[in-house]
Amino acid sequence: MSGKLRLRVNPIACDGHGLCSELFPERVSLDEWGYPIVDGAPIGKELEQHARRAVAECPKLALQLDRRRD
Amino acid sequence: MSVAEGTTRLLAGLRADRQPVSLGSHLRQYGSLELDPRAVIDLVADSGLRGRGGGSFPTATKLLAVREHGRRAIVIANGTEGEPIAGKDKVLLAYLPHLVLDGAVVAARAVRAAEVILAVPAAVRHVVDRALAERRERRIDGRIELRAVTAPDGFVAGEETALVQFLNGGPAVPTFTPPRPFERGVRRLPTLVQNVETLAHLALIARHGAGWFRSAGTADEPGTTLVTLSGAFARSGVYEIPIGYPLAALVADAGGVRNDASAFLVGGYFGTWIPGGAADDVGLSDADLARYEAALGARAIVALKAGSCGVAETARIARYLAGESAAQCGPCVHGLDAVANDLESLVRRDRRVDAHRLEHRLALVAGRGACRHPDGAVRLVASGLRVFDHDVQQHLSGRRCR
Repeated sequence: MSGKLRLRVNPIACDGHGLCSELFPERVSLDEWGYPIVDGAPIGKELEQHARRAVAECPKLALQLDRRRD
Repeated sequence: MSVAEGTTRLLAGLRADRQPVSLGSHLRQYGSLELDPRAVIDLVADSGLRGRGGGSFPTATKLLAVREHGRRAIVIANGTEGEPIAGKDKVLLAYLPHLVLDGAVVAARAVRAAEVILAVPAAVRHVVDRALAERRERRIDGRIELRAVTAPDGFVAGEETALVQFLNGGPAVPTFTPPRPFERGVRRLPTLVQNVETLAHLALIARHGAGWFRSAGTADEPGTTLVTLSGAFARSGVYEIPIGYPLAALVADAGGVRNDASAFLVGGYFGTWIPGGAADDVGLSDADLARYEAALGARAIVALKAGSCGVAETARIARYLAGESAAQCGPCVHGLDAVANDLESLVRRDRRVDAHRLEHRLALVAGRGACRHPDGAVRLVASGLRVFDHDVQQHLSGRRCR
C-alpha cells in the first residue's frame, strides 16, 4: 500500500491523559491543559514503532494512524 | 423583522401582509416544477450556486458527492440557523416555505433520495407543517416524502454532523469525521445536508435556468443572497442583495447607521470584525471581503455604533461562544474559556493581562476541535484585537478607551 503514514487525534475521544506525548514526543506535545498537539508530518520507518505504540496504548483509543497518498 | 424589497428574487414573492404564501399562489407565480432529474446536477454546476449556510461550498459538487455514494440517499433541509444574529432562514420558512420545499424536492431527485427531512425552528414549525399538508393534498411531489422536525437549539446544533447525529437519535453535537454525511449520515444513508436558502435558490434555478441565475452577482459567486442586518442600522432586518453588492449601498438601503459605525461584524458570531471605513470600499462577496480577512459566512452583519467599546463587544461574544462549545474537545472547552477570561480581564483594564499569551492561545486553539467552532471563535477574537487595536492598547495601559 502506497502513501505516507500520519498521526491524527480524535479530539472528541481524547481526554488528555497524555500517554501519547510520553511515548512519541517526536510528534506529540501537550498544550497547557494537557491535550495533544499532533504534528501531522509523515512518519518514517524509524519512528513507526513509536507511533504504533502510542496508538495502541492510548486509554481512549483516540489516536489513529492514517495512510494517505499526497 | 422588516424586510426590504428591491432587486429581489427569493423575496419577490413576499406578501405585504407577511402571511405565508400558499401553494396555490406559489404555483401561480412560478409555474409548476418540470425537470429532468439527470440534468439537475449539470444545471446546478452551470449556475455556479454555492451554499448559503456559511460554507459557500459549490452545491453541484455536494450533489454529485452524495449521488456517487450510493443508489439511495436522503436529503436534510437545514433551517436550524443557530447563529443568534441571523434570521434569514426563519424568514424564508415563515413566508416562502414552498420555495424551500421545491428546492428540497429538486435536490432529492438529483441525488436519488426518496425522503426529505426539514429541520426547522420551533417558531415556524406550524407554517412548514401546513405547507407540507398542502403539497400532500395536491400530490405534487410524487413518491418523495417530506417531513419536518423541530431543530435543536444551540449554536453548533446546525453543524451538519451535529444535525445528522440529532436525526439519528443522538445529541445535537458534532461528530468526528470521516465519515462525512455525504458518505454515511442519517440511518447510514449518503446524506445531503443543504441550507434552506440554498434550496430556495435551487427552486428558482430549476425554473429559470443557469444563465438567469448568473445574471446577478459575480462570476465566481453568482446570484443573490439574503443577509440579516442588526445593531445600529436604522432599519435592521433581512435583505436580499446580489453578491458583490457594496456594503455602503446596503447601509444606505437600511437607512444608514446611527452616528456612523465604528466597525461591522460580518458573517455572524463566528465571523470577522471589519473597520467602519471598510464600508467605503468593500463589496459583499467572499472574494472582496477576503481583503479584510472576512467572508459572508452566516450572512449576518452587525453595525457597531461609534462610541461603543469594541473590546467589550468582542469579550461578550467570546464568552457566548465559549458557553456554546459542545464541550467534547479539550482545546475548545479550555481554550475558549481561557480566551474569554483574558478578554474580560482586558475589559476591566486589568494590567496583568498577558497579550502575548492571549495571541499564543488563539494560535493553539484553532484547528484542534472536531468541528470549526473553535476556529470561528478564534477568528472573531483575532479580528477584534486587530480592528480595535487602539482600544486594546488603552485597556492594557489601564486607561478608558473612550
